[in-house]
Amino acid sequence: MKKTYKIDVDCANCANKMEQAAKATAGVKDAVVNFMTLKMNVEFEEGHDAKAVMQEVRKNCKKVEDDCEIFL
Amino acid sequence: MTKKQKKMLARILIAAALMIGFHFLPFSGYVRFVLYLIPYLVIGYDILIKAAKGIKNRQPFDECLLMAVATIGAMAIAVYEDGDYTEAIAVMLFYQVGEWFQSYAVGKSRRNISDLMDIRPDYANVEIDGKLEQVDPDEVEIGTEIVVQPGEKVPIDGIITEGSSTLNTSALTGESLPRDAAEGDEIISGCINMTGVLKIRTTKEFGESTVSKILDLVENASSRKSKSEEFITKFARIYTPAVVYSAIALAVLPPLVRMIGMGAAAEWGTWIYRALTFLVISCPCALVISIPLSFFAGLGGASNAGVLVKGSNYMETLSQTKCVVFDKTGTLTQGVFEVNAVHHNKMDQKKLLEYAALAESASSHPISRSIQKAYGQEIDRSRVSDIQEISGNGVTALVDGIAVAAGNSKLMDRLGIPWIDCHHAGTIIHMAVDGEYAGHIVISDIEKPHAKEAVKALRAAGIEKLVMLTGDSRKVAEHVAADLGIDEVHAELLPADKVEEVEKLLAKKPQKAKLAFVGDGINDAPVLSRADIGIAMGAMGSDAAIEAADIVLMDDDPLKIAKAIRISKKCIRIVYENIWFAIGIKLICLVLGAVGIANMWLAIFADVGVMIIAVLNAIRALFVKNL
Repeated sequence: MKKTYKIDVDCANCANKMEQAAKATAGVKDAVVNFMTLKMNVEFEEGHDAKAVMQEVRKNCKKVEDDCEIFL
Repeated sequence: MTKKQKKMLARILIAAALMIGFHFLPFSGYVRFVLYLIPYLVIGYDILIKAAKGIKNRQPFDECLLMAVATIGAMAIAVYEDGDYTEAIAVMLFYQVGEWFQSYAVGKSRRNISDLMDIRPDYANVEIDGKLEQVDPDEVEIGTEIVVQPGEKVPIDGIITEGSSTLNTSALTGESLPRDAAEGDEIISGCINMTGVLKIRTTKEFGESTVSKILDLVENASSRKSKSEEFITKFARIYTPAVVYSAIALAVLPPLVRMIGMGAAAEWGTWIYRALTFLVISCPCALVISIPLSFFAGLGGASNAGVLVKGSNYMETLSQTKCVVFDKTGTLTQGVFEVNAVHHNKMDQKKLLEYAALAESASSHPISRSIQKAYGQEIDRSRVSDIQEISGNGVTALVDGIAVAAGNSKLMDRLGIPWIDCHHAGTIIHMAVDGEYAGHIVISDIEKPHAKEAVKALRAAGIEKLVMLTGDSRKVAEHVAADLGIDEVHAELLPADKVEEVEKLLAKKPQKAKLAFVGDGINDAPVLSRADIGIAMGAMGSDAAIEAADIVLMDDDPLKIAKAIRISKKCIRIVYENIWFAIGIKLICLVLGAVGIANMWLAIFADVGVMIIAVLNAIRALFVKNL
């Protein structure tokens, strides 16, 4: 399953870090952060609840880049 | 300006004013330090907090840490020597000015590019109880009648049931010439109705309409990252820690060597200052921001010209294209066939055409349609039965109970019927009625008006080899190829043969030269996906083309292929300019900083200045009108 979320982040390097953090989260198969359109496309692994996974993704992203936001 | 940007601007101005003001105050020692601490904290508090959080979260190597270490270090040296505090504040100040500018420029170009691609209709007019009401296009069901007034965008694909008008399709195709539309015509969402009121019966949901598909495609395009972008991301990941360690080495090693090895004074202050300069120079933001921005601008510019590129990676591949393979029909020729002549017929010409039209009645192939058009009467499908389409050969059917075969010479061979060759260049449909050869129909196709120019433009754009593949007869293919100036022709191919030919060409070419296949997207899907890059033409309304191709040309004009290549070349050139420029200047400044020639001010230029120039350069990729 794939979903797109709006994000807010200030710099391109931070966006890359968010992408890494999202990819490393359990339940995420793949994630792409697009800094130019301020969007995050997340592909979830089978059998994971998107909402719960996204909470984790958000937490992990905040860890690497304090100033970011994912609009869930 | 957003709220964040306004706040930042205020902080920048206050800190600058304080810093200049304090310069004229006659304090010294710790009072001076405390005073200067005020503007330093005003401008830099968020950076310091972020740096601390970064260390806490074990993500220390970011630019905030670089800035924090560099400025705290500069402050410390200033306290130690009771010297110049302005340097630390200025570094922070300029860094923030740079960040502010970056955020402003990126925000602005993001808006510009989005506006450019903004073909999203906001509402649809539906007549409810005799009154027109604006509703969300998402809520309009298939088969609803909607009204589009002059000046409005067509929100949903459909068929015109009432009215006629001129349509501006430039947002979709980049073509400025308006199109006429009248009752009964299909109409595509995203066009702007210019003159008359139109009533449209919708044939698709909003989500399935052309405009939604295109928007979806364009918005997701920059998510497919190119090799250069991946390179930069990887580069940044190694680069920052490498720079931090080199800076530490620069601060510690030379003094130690001087002290122990040479017995000279250690000069800790000088070397730490150099190390800090080194840190400021090293911020990777110019690279990290300008490369995706260049691609984004390039994609935006291309889609404005009616060329939809599905990802940054295809932009890169397209720019390396050296060989272009065309499908003939619908790509170089109009695909509008006309029956030119009927030869060697024993029965009446009309009767033969009637048989042909009936046998081909189930096919929507352009050739079948031209025969049906030449027949010119309603087709009574109940007269036809047992229709069999033999791919690449033709059809056989029973018409009024009589066996009719219509197709090329291969079909005749297959049926064991002797046939007579034609000396005309054109598509030859051999006919057999009741097992006997009944003559052939000559159908010819017309080259597109820009086909010749397109071939020339492609050569000018650096394409070395042009190949044409077609299912059509060798004679026609060679005639067209010679006329247009195409190097290589492969004719009489079945759809599967086309894939094979493309594979042969792929194997022959050098690794770096890419091969593009251009087709009309209807039956070329396998080839489109097999080639390095698949370009579909005339895609307005054809979902298959949008799905299968990597690049979609919104109108039928083959000239756009060369334009797409030129756009991609410009975009990639800008990307490389930015990579070389940013890395080059940084390396030079790093060396200058390490040997002590560059001071903090040059370091700030190397960071902020380079970034601003790279961002401005990236925006150039947006301008593709005159390419």
